[in-house]
Amino acid sequence: MIRFKWLIPTLYIVFLLLPIYWLINMSLKTNQEILSVFSLWPRDLTFANYKVIFTDPAWYSGYINSTIYVVMNVLISVTLALPAAYAFSRYSFLGDRHLFFWLLTNRMAPPAVFALPFFQLYSSMGLFDTHIAVALAHCLFNLPLSIWILEGFMSGIPKEIDETAYIDGYSWPRFFVKIFIPNIASGIGVTAFFCFMFSWVELLLARTLTSVSAKPISAIMTRTVSASGLDWGVLAAAGVLTIIPGALVIWFVRNYIAKGFALGRV
Amino acid sequence: MRLELQNISKLVKGDPHISDVSLSLDAGTINILLGPTLAGKTTLLRLMAGLERPTSGRLLVDGHDVTGVPVQKRNVAMVYQQFINYPNLSVFENIASPLRIAGLPKPEIESKVHKVADLLQLVDTLKRKPQELSGGQQQRIALARALVKEAGLVLLDEPLANLDYKLREELRKELPKIFSQTGAIFVYATTEPSEALLLGGNTATLHEGRVSQFGPTIDVFRRPDNLTTARVFSDPPLNTLPIAKKNNVLVFKDQVRIPINGRLAEIADGDYTIGVRPYHLYLKAAEGTAAVAGEVTVTEITGSNSYVHVDIGGIRWVAFARGIHEYEIGTSIQVYVDPTLFYIFDTSGKLVHAPALPEGR
Repeated sequence: MIRFKWLIPTLYIVFLLLPIYWLINMSLKTNQEILSVFSLWPRDLTFANYKVIFTDPAWYSGYINSTIYVVMNVLISVTLALPAAYAFSRYSFLGDRHLFFWLLTNRMAPPAVFALPFFQLYSSMGLFDTHIAVALAHCLFNLPLSIWILEGFMSGIPKEIDETAYIDGYSWPRFFVKIFIPNIASGIGVTAFFCFMFSWVELLLARTLTSVSAKPISAIMTRTVSASGLDWGVLAAAGVLTIIPGALVIWFVRNYIAKGFALGRV
Repeated sequence: MRLELQNISKLVKGDPHISDVSLSLDAGTINILLGPTLAGKTTLLRLMAGLERPTSGRLLVDGHDVTGVPVQKRNVAMVYQQFINYPNLSVFENIASPLRIAGLPKPEIESKVHKVADLLQLVDTLKRKPQELSGGQQQRIALARALVKEAGLVLLDEPLANLDYKLREELRKELPKIFSQTGAIFVYATTEPSEALLLGGNTATLHEGRVSQFGPTIDVFRRPDNLTTARVFSDPPLNTLPIAKKNNVLVFKDQVRIPINGRLAEIADGDYTIGVRPYHLYLKAAEGTAAVAGEVTVTEITGSNSYVHVDIGGIRWVAFARGIHEYEIGTSIQVYVDPTLFYIFDTSGKLVHAPALPEGR
């Protein structure tokens, strides 16, 4: 029995990694090979699929657009959530608990519910097909989440630190920037990661609110049926490139991510 | 600097946490706030610091009303029971923090920080982060930051309570020396009567948000004005017994009859409460003592000393005795009291008789 204890985890990992391997495998094959034969590795290794993505503006602009609105969203969410979370963590005010809980209920509604009002609202305000429109729409989900995660991290800092700073003579803004933010840096990192994760993979709102100039990569990937049929190889290459930023960001916050999933309350 | 609290009260959600406290503290003094947990020590310190606003009453510094002045503009420093430092800053920067805010020139900051670090034996740790250090060192950093500011008012909220025994002893010995070198008003909150006695200075006994007495520590200890003060300033707890005085005898139920004479016998007949310190309750008879019958409820042995808890007609007394005295639970024993060492309080709790002070006082 003991001799086979490696078996289950190995099977599990193989099972998990198989689709990713297959994606990478496909991205390095020609369309002809993908469609004609079953091969475990590329027989005719090619980087042409990647070249298409890096040279065709219709493809790479998708990455640029996605990156722009994701970065905007992360910045807006974290910047606004910091003072809000501080207030929830440090002060008690009328209805604070209810408001705090209500924030989280926002995340319980499916994005589809908001697609229609957002589309109409942004169209009438002239924000349709802009990066800021998608960034703001994603704030609906990311801001509450950010406040929850940051509140958890902030409540882990004793309020006596705030008071000691005031006694030392710090004004609130100076204390917040010089003392408080460095102490919850890991929390800010985790929050940024969760915002990134949501915004990067979210498809419905991003596609509804854009048409050409702010079109995200995920939307482009769903519209690749051309006259010659589906371009399997390029699509696979796009998939690989979409995974990479997420994997990179996870790497940076890997030590704190469990705390983030627990909304900072570990 | 002179700090004056005038009729300070603090209500939190309708609950009185501090009720009508008036104190006057002078520069260069150590003032101890002594009281059990929840007595309001921390709240009172926070009110003095300006971290909280009193519901009513005024705070005067050198005669100027500072009640509404924000804490940043007060000339105070504070050390908490928990070791509070800035985890992201080095020990040096932690200590230097109030000086940096004050905008002192760099060389001056350097020299001041090094001087305080030297005093608190932190010189070798200046480049490290607080969390890499032991609890004792962390608390020294907090003390150093409070001292380096040279504030007129230094507030210490049970600063040694979270330290282990040895460190506590060590720092407790150093603190009065460090204090005496500055001209500041020190306010030191503690739950331990022995700590108050070791630090000396003045003591304010605090009970349920009220100051029951304020005066030189040793006087408050030897001659408490009232029963509350005597109870707060006694560890192990003060033994009390409601008694009736008739001529030359003190009576409690049918159980206790203590003959008295001299100064004690001159008190008017009536109902009183007597207070006997645990180390004035003896397990063996001696000259001038009277016997009180009771039943042992528990004995605690701490090395070479014993605490014998005795039930006296439903009231629990504790006798502190040298040596090891073990009794079975439920044993009927006699404990002995010396009436000349009684504190006697009237029914309102006011002191009517205290033991004569020892020679030389």
